[in-house]
Amino acid sequence: MDLNDTPEQAAYRQQVRSWLEEHKAEAPVLEGPDALAEDEVIPARRAWQRKLAEGGLAGATWPKEYGGQGLGPIEQVIISQEIARAGVPGILDVIGVGMLGPTIIAHGTEEQKSRYLGPMLHGDEVWCQLFSEPAAGSDLAGIQTRAKKDDGGWRLTGQKVWTTNAQFAAYGLILARTDADVPKHKGLTMFILPMDAEGVTVRGLRQISGEAEFNEVFLDDVRLDDDLVVGQVGNGWGTALTTLMFERVTIGFGSEGMGYRPQRFADAIASDPVASRDGEVRQRLGHIATELLAVRFTSYRMLSALQQGQIPGPEAGLSKITTVNAGIAACELVADALGPDALREDVENPFAYHTSFLPGLKSAGGTEEILRNTIGERVLGLPPEPRLDKGIPFSELRAKEKEAAAR
Amino acid sequence: MNLELSDEQIFLRDAARDALGRTRTVEAAREVLDGGSRPDLWPTAVEAGWSGLLVSDENGGAGLGLFDAMLVMQEAGRRLAGVELLGHLPASALLDLASHSSVSDVAAGSLRAAFVGALPPGDLDSSWTVDTVRGMTRGEAPTFDGSVVDGSVAWVVDAPGADVFVVVALQDDSPVAVVVEASDASVEEVFRYDPTRRLGHVSLSSAPATVLDVDPREIERAWYVGQALLAAESVGAVEACMEMAIEYAKERFTFGRAIGSYQAIKHGLVEVLRRGENAKSLLYYAGWAHASGPDEFAIAASAARSAASEALDYAARENISVHGGIGATWEHDAPLFFRRAQLSRRLLGGAGAATDRVAGELLAGAAPGAAAPEEAASTAATAVDP
Repeated sequence: MDLNDTPEQAAYRQQVRSWLEEHKAEAPVLEGPDALAEDEVIPARRAWQRKLAEGGLAGATWPKEYGGQGLGPIEQVIISQEIARAGVPGILDVIGVGMLGPTIIAHGTEEQKSRYLGPMLHGDEVWCQLFSEPAAGSDLAGIQTRAKKDDGGWRLTGQKVWTTNAQFAAYGLILARTDADVPKHKGLTMFILPMDAEGVTVRGLRQISGEAEFNEVFLDDVRLDDDLVVGQVGNGWGTALTTLMFERVTIGFGSEGMGYRPQRFADAIASDPVASRDGEVRQRLGHIATELLAVRFTSYRMLSALQQGQIPGPEAGLSKITTVNAGIAACELVADALGPDALREDVENPFAYHTSFLPGLKSAGGTEEILRNTIGERVLGLPPEPRLDKGIPFSELRAKEKEAAAR
Repeated sequence: MNLELSDEQIFLRDAARDALGRTRTVEAAREVLDGGSRPDLWPTAVEAGWSGLLVSDENGGAGLGLFDAMLVMQEAGRRLAGVELLGHLPASALLDLASHSSVSDVAAGSLRAAFVGALPPGDLDSSWTVDTVRGMTRGEAPTFDGSVVDGSVAWVVDAPGADVFVVVALQDDSPVAVVVEASDASVEEVFRYDPTRRLGHVSLSSAPATVLDVDPREIERAWYVGQALLAAESVGAVEACMEMAIEYAKERFTFGRAIGSYQAIKHGLVEVLRRGENAKSLLYYAGWAHASGPDEFAIAASAARSAASEALDYAARENISVHGGIGATWEHDAPLFFRRAQLSRRLLGGAGAATDRVAGELLAGAAPGAAAPEEAASTAATAVDP
């Protein structure tokens, strides 16, 4: 059992560290007195992503022919660790470079790869993921955005939601229904959507905190050419599964990156001498910390398995469930211990923000309930629940659902 | 980064599974409750070389690490095998560090040792304390005057039948580890709830003792070795409960469906998996910290103990629930794991003390992860499409 770098990894880490040491003065400052003004943040982070890409620190796992380094997941993690250590921001377009780029590499045409991947990697064109809809989240294959054949192309109409970065994205990867007369997983197609196309409207979606971290995207008869189809027409589900597999990797490692480290909560409790001696507070803190420490070593286990060439399965979702629930319990504990002051909404106090943010995060990347279903079936081998949508054309399914709701 | 088991570790684990599989330990647990006798598994441990797992090569042991010992403990837990390693292994490690004259016999298993440990001081309490016969108040550790040791420690795991005790005592308020021949101590064997455990109240009255030449930090570590081993044993039992419940959930039908297809059952079993996997991850933390991150060993072992105790309680209860009424009957195996869960949580200081220690270490500012690479990844998972 070894948490240390191999000599090759240590050499790579040193190389990354030296690069960051040399360039970190050029990184945008996002916090503190020297922080950039709000409207300067995105351009500065795009420029920084370009620097990271030029230094080989963005898209390290991408093949060399598309501007990557052809390295493995361990090297990607080393980069993330060194970026965190240097105290500089990482790339802006985590979704594009981490999930959508790899999808295009797996399913796109050569023309698409040469046109889109370079600007994505360098932050010149930021991407967003247009999968979820108001009526289709966990049951993603139930999306209703329609793409109708139109002379040499398609016309898209519908609505997407929970779209991170849509407000400044140049492109999106969008899942739409091209055939409603076949069962729901079969009639889907993936497209590249230029966000400046006529008929695309982006609207911020404010949440509990009052901030708009996500967007709604409306599509009103948006015209797309045939060469924007990614993968085959009718194979959108297979293409989406590739994206979701990369999302799983991101989430599995990301739990740690969410910043819910136990010391942070302990420090808040330690600031109050009565709370830090209270038996009940200590029991709660001990349990929360235990869960968060477990997630750290679960991510090391996953990393080790990745290094052996194994692909993470749905069990990676357990880390998300643990992190979110432990984070919620930790915010509860801090507020119980410190009183209403822990709910003060200013930049000095992160706990109010997380108190607001976490209830929604419970549903991010699949609701906790759907994750438990998937893990129960695919990891534990438990039988699935009977389904009423198998083998039924999507058009009839909608009618049946409406009928059932009317009863 | 490599957390895969080595070929030797896989061999050790499989050999343990095989060796313990030759005795019907789970059935035996029920028979003991019905008045039968406990199977003696010490010869199995000796034959397999487990008695010397934590003793160095030069002192006649296998010179393996804590994580290796935890692999064996998981297999013991899986089968409710009452093999006396929980008491023996921490004691053997201290005897090894001091190269005590008994160590080669202890490693060979011809002498069985038992650890009479004390909970080290925490952020709020500067004293070394031991379990008392009842109540939440903890007792004072035995005292050593340079030649004899006095005091009493309750619920000492694997004490009955041991040949030699390694006792944590205080000499002028400083911790020492001393060796006491079992014949010089008084051991009252006690039976509580879990028929697979040998427990004893140990009384030491001017018992002749020799001090072991070990660093006080090692005496502290020995306590946490015990916590980590108990955690591993519990993780093995969690897996056994989970497998039992899953099997039943697939074959039992209600309303025309296997009960495992219902979310109420499925989500409960996934919760067993989640807790079990969390505890298992913390075994890696404890194993790593013992070998390479000494400053984090206290929090790592305590976290493992806390998580594994809770996970086993949850798994044992869920196993009974999934089985329905039959799961709560005498003939079923589920209650035997439940009994194991209930007693284990209260031994070696109790799971609550371990949870408190996790909090205490953090409140005292011992930032875990200092030695480990910071952050597995900083790729923000907050930026995902729900």
